[in-house]
Amino acid sequence: MTTRTLTFREAINEALRLEMRRDPTVILMGEDVVGGATVPHLEATGEDAWGGPLGVTMGLAKEFGKKRVLDTPISESAFIGAAVGAAATGLRPIAELMFVDFFGVCMDQIYNQGAKLRYMFGGKAQIPMVIRTMIGSGLRAAAQHSGCHYSVFTHMPGLKTVVPSTPYEAKGLLISAIRDPDPVIFFEHKLLYDISGEVPEENYTIPLGVADIKRKGKDMTVVALSRLVHVALESAEKLSKDGIELEVIDLRSLSPLDSKTILESVKKTHRLLVVDEDNPRCSIASDIVALVSGQAFDYLDAPPWMMTAPHTPTPFSPPLEDYYIPSLEKIVSTVKRLVGRSSNASKGF
Amino acid sequence: MEQIKKEKYLWMYERMKLIRTFEDRVADLFTNGKIPGFVHLYAGEEAIATGVCAHLTDRDYITSTHRGHGHCIAKGVDVREMMAELFGKTTGSCKGKGGSMHIAEINKGMLGACGIVGAGGPLACGSGLTAKVLGTDQVTACFFGDGASEQGTMHESMNLASIWKLPVIFVCENNMYAESTPSSYHCAIGEICARAAAYNFPGLAIDGTDVLAVYEAASEAIARARRGEGPSLIEARAFRYYGHFVGDAQTYKTKEEVEAYKTHDPITLFEQRLLEDGLISNTELAKIDARTEERIEEAVHYANESPFPAAEDCLKDVYVSYPNQEVRL
Repeated sequence: MTTRTLTFREAINEALRLEMRRDPTVILMGEDVVGGATVPHLEATGEDAWGGPLGVTMGLAKEFGKKRVLDTPISESAFIGAAVGAAATGLRPIAELMFVDFFGVCMDQIYNQGAKLRYMFGGKAQIPMVIRTMIGSGLRAAAQHSGCHYSVFTHMPGLKTVVPSTPYEAKGLLISAIRDPDPVIFFEHKLLYDISGEVPEENYTIPLGVADIKRKGKDMTVVALSRLVHVALESAEKLSKDGIELEVIDLRSLSPLDSKTILESVKKTHRLLVVDEDNPRCSIASDIVALVSGQAFDYLDAPPWMMTAPHTPTPFSPPLEDYYIPSLEKIVSTVKRLVGRSSNASKGF
Repeated sequence: MEQIKKEKYLWMYERMKLIRTFEDRVADLFTNGKIPGFVHLYAGEEAIATGVCAHLTDRDYITSTHRGHGHCIAKGVDVREMMAELFGKTTGSCKGKGGSMHIAEINKGMLGACGIVGAGGPLACGSGLTAKVLGTDQVTACFFGDGASEQGTMHESMNLASIWKLPVIFVCENNMYAESTPSSYHCAIGEICARAAAYNFPGLAIDGTDVLAVYEAASEAIARARRGEGPSLIEARAFRYYGHFVGDAQTYKTKEEVEAYKTHDPITLFEQRLLEDGLISNTELAKIDARTEERIEEAVHYANESPFPAAEDCLKDVYVSYPNQEVRL
């Protein structure tokens, strides 16, 4: 397997390119995925104006043409819904919802149509579509361009939710998502686009519903996802110097959820911390705490804990946003407190 | 040519009659507690779905509304399976998972009735896009009501279909009311079809109780779509006999208004036309009516005799592939 270093952005672009080469029914659409539609000097060369707001889809229109790579009007209901209709009738559309925060203007098409058609029709429809969307705080983009919100979609039967953390995962999981027969929402953290990692050249898949143990450890299970996987791993290195060994699980997909890997790990370490950038109420973090409380209660030596963003929208001002995002310092101090306590001493948390 | 015309006309007559008989029977069954939930009936609007679908094959698509029984029947969905679905039986079109508002038959190009007003527009753009990307000559008819015409989804969809020149025929069934709210109140412009100008494609209003007027308007719009010239908007005006749902007291209508419907009944009007033109005899009409009654009777019998789904079927058909234990949790 030949690998080379790619950025997260390049890995996603490569997954899209390889799948579009492999399968002519795969199409891509969204706002400014090419950019500058019909502008003569761009049409003449086939160049993108933008290639997506952060350049992720650069060059795809040139290779596949504008019949398969479509710039859309700012009409999320129409084009996300069109992706549902196209998926039901024989295409494998990938629709780009620029920021996940925009789901409010097209949620009906996602959850009343995309997620439910198969069930309502008694299994007669298949909706093999992917919605790629950008998540995450850290760019001082404020409350309408910084949310994670994957928990909202994970709550909804009929949708699958995938949250990659590295270039390797981004490529393999996106290829799986495109080939999946069900609607998949693929969440890309905007602060990850520039990170680099080893990525195989060929077309490989990572199955949905399989978590990855990124670091083995005996003292506590830390379940993380997306960008916070990296922060959890840094925290683990720091804590290792103090003799605390964290086991770090990268969830990779939230629906389906790899509950087996989580439970097996907690039964070994007897402690759980979920680290999540999404808001805390009714979230994937609270869901995993409930899972562990219900199914591994007798193994626990400390209360199963979650560290998340607070129950607020994302703030703009740097000190406020820095406070909002779960940090290495907070993870380290929380782990130390949890490791030092037994299960009947939860006061003070 | 005359023979083709005659066959098509008789097909349309029988289809309209089948829809009416189905809907009248459903109203009766619902009132008597045989059908759970609620039902929105298409009686009075039969000419619209029939006149449009008369041009379509199983490979063409339609999107529908909460008032979808007529669209299903016009597109060829089996009335036995439809009735079983209304009864919540496992033999229903959707195995009892959808009910009145979600009957679908993808193999017949029926992309599903839909409980969300205005949600069919984006789906129609999608099936239109499939035809365009794959280079087929399939078209999609998007049925929606006057109420849906005020939804943002319809505006977005008509604009998108126009800029991408999608083979979609937008068919607005203006039955004069959005639930109980008159279109004269909810619609800022008197003629919904005039909005087509804003999306740069043809729009026209027709008498939706005249199946031949619908047939003719649809013929042009569908031909345009098949030629790759993009969408059209047809506003077909008709009347909704049972109100918004069965049980709607319709206090928002006057007696005179309801009386006036009788002079515009799409089936009576077409029957008279067929007799006048000598395309059918009273004996033939009686035969069609008897055949239709028999089919609906058989459908009710089938629905009655069919079993309910097993309770655990609740857990099936959410995904194509998913760990079963996670659905059950």
